[in-house]
Amino acid sequence: MALGASDWAIIGLYLIFVLGIGWLSSRRTKSGNDFFLAGRSIPAWVCGLAFISANLGAQEVIGMGASGAKYGIATAHFYWVGAIPAMVFIGVFMMPFYYGSKARSGPEYLRMRFDEKTRAFNAFSFAVMTVISSGISMYAMAKLIQTLHVLDAPFARLGLPSAWIFHAAVLFSAIVVLAYIFMGGLRGAIYNEVLQFFLIVAGFAPLVWLGLRQVGGWEGLKANLGPSYTHAWAGMAHATTNRLGVDSFGLIMGLGFVLSFGYWCTDFLIVQRAMAADSMSSARRTPLIAASLKMFFPFLVILPGLIALSLTASALRPPAPGSAAAKAAPMAISQATLADPGIIPVKLDSSTGKPMLDSNGRPQLDYDLATPNLLIKYFPTGMLGLGLTALLASFMSGMAGNITAFNTVWTYDIYQAHIRKDASDAHYLHVGRMATAVGVVLSIGAAYLASQFNNIMDLIQLLMAFVNAPVFATFLLGMFWKRATGHGAFWGLLMGTVAAAVHHGLTLPAGSLPGVKGGWIMVAHTYPSEMAQNFWTAIWSWSVCFGLTIVISLFTKAPDEASLVGLVHSLTPKIKEPETWFRSPIVLGAVVLTATALLNLIFR
Amino acid sequence: MNLDIRAPIGLLFTLTGLLLAAQGGLGDHARLKLDLLGLNIDLLWGVAMTIAGLILLGLVALNRNKAD
Repeated sequence: MALGASDWAIIGLYLIFVLGIGWLSSRRTKSGNDFFLAGRSIPAWVCGLAFISANLGAQEVIGMGASGAKYGIATAHFYWVGAIPAMVFIGVFMMPFYYGSKARSGPEYLRMRFDEKTRAFNAFSFAVMTVISSGISMYAMAKLIQTLHVLDAPFARLGLPSAWIFHAAVLFSAIVVLAYIFMGGLRGAIYNEVLQFFLIVAGFAPLVWLGLRQVGGWEGLKANLGPSYTHAWAGMAHATTNRLGVDSFGLIMGLGFVLSFGYWCTDFLIVQRAMAADSMSSARRTPLIAASLKMFFPFLVILPGLIALSLTASALRPPAPGSAAAKAAPMAISQATLADPGIIPVKLDSSTGKPMLDSNGRPQLDYDLATPNLLIKYFPTGMLGLGLTALLASFMSGMAGNITAFNTVWTYDIYQAHIRKDASDAHYLHVGRMATAVGVVLSIGAAYLASQFNNIMDLIQLLMAFVNAPVFATFLLGMFWKRATGHGAFWGLLMGTVAAAVHHGLTLPAGSLPGVKGGWIMVAHTYPSEMAQNFWTAIWSWSVCFGLTIVISLFTKAPDEASLVGLVHSLTPKIKEPETWFRSPIVLGAVVLTATALLNLIFR
Repeated sequence: MNLDIRAPIGLLFTLTGLLLAAQGGLGDHARLKLDLLGLNIDLLWGVAMTIAGLILLGLVALNRNKAD
């Protein structure tokens, strides 16, 4: 891919603006409160857009396109089942305690509600996760720049070896993100996330429009791909009759409840954006404003995958699960089709150069290239620069979200709690800036770790599922059951994490070998897909944490109720709802849920 | 007072839009992929982004007048 002068100019303009916003924010960043909490002064709509953007990393933009091509419109479950209900729940029910408690971070809420050990467990595991996920994001971006040959021509002109492209991409992106967070702290990150949100939409909307024109619109896609790709709920009664390989109970309980609420309602990366809001009312509206836009994101990030699949040779598409074609022996695929499959290429074995086959002997498609290849095919010079800027923006917003959450948790929940308790505000501000630099350096290390080992990505995803799933039970009981105790919370959390590991060690997805995919203790059960195993790991881990926290709490001394005011629902005075109905979180939440139900109905 | 983030976004959209529109107006047939797409997307989207950028800048100016 060769970029023209206008492409470079657009990318350059973006970089100037991102750094400029960091610099403008730095002028208002004078205290720890400014750096870590943006002075709790940001309007609701800005927090709402940052709330979406911080979560919209490059992996999501590329990964959702890939899943769209692999599973079809059912990928939208990750939004309509796996995000929106949880976003409404945190806005309406949980935000009063996050914002009202005046905690400066998620782990700090756990210290106020439970005890120091529960905070420490959550803070350490969360800090490790943020560094690793920003590292993976960096790795994914650098790999994409390498695969798309974005920098090949300029490197050749400068006489630099092409092997350096990966290093240059990692270093350069790290320096830009470091610069704007170092200067502007959370305020710099949030304002840039809003700019990045607008750019992601401006870069991907025309891609969807051009793509739909090529394939004859949604009706054209339906005619070309068939119902197994274009219906979200068809065949969900049983795991073997839909492309996701999960049944509706696993989907709703595993994704829709445990994983989704575990991420959207407790992950500090997300919650921190709402905590920066200028008032309780704004903080509660932040996730709701985000949800009202997020529900339309499948059209922006999943549709490109479906369009790319529709423009790929039909012989290479896996047959619909449960159909006669799926049971029959695979048809031979001509050499001409393998050599020119269309938008999505066939996955090649890097050692033999031959197509990689799935367990049924069919060639596998390289779904990760669905969205990037569509971009290269249909965007001319100029738009290509805008498309790459959108990808770069998504990567940077995702990484910055992790880094700002890391520097806050490190400074307040680890450094101030365990290393130096009573230092001045200026000292913690300095530590926060240093933590930003250290976080970026550790992320670079994680990016190289991810590039060294084939299986490291699987392993990391797994660790995240272990950590994220049980913690929702801890927050839920903490906020809504005044009898829950610190000992109950700590042991519940620890054993929930252990339960996730044990479940993973005893089960295996069909067609995998025991090891990083599971079954490393013994194979007691086989799931039809990796996704089903993942959802059930989450369900087990959450249930163990929930049950054990209750049992241990009942056997330990009840907490003093006076110390729980503002932290637990039944002991906190009811918040006055806003006078204007359209500002009411309950009304907004109901509208968002109704619209999401309608989307599910339309694409059923 | 907080930074009005609509100002830098409006300015970036206007400048990017003008760059795209110029590329669409001056670029050659093949580089604009006119045969494949059947339309000049650089010009169209450039104009759309410029208009969106100017609207954002207009809102900022309006807000400033109100504040004065």
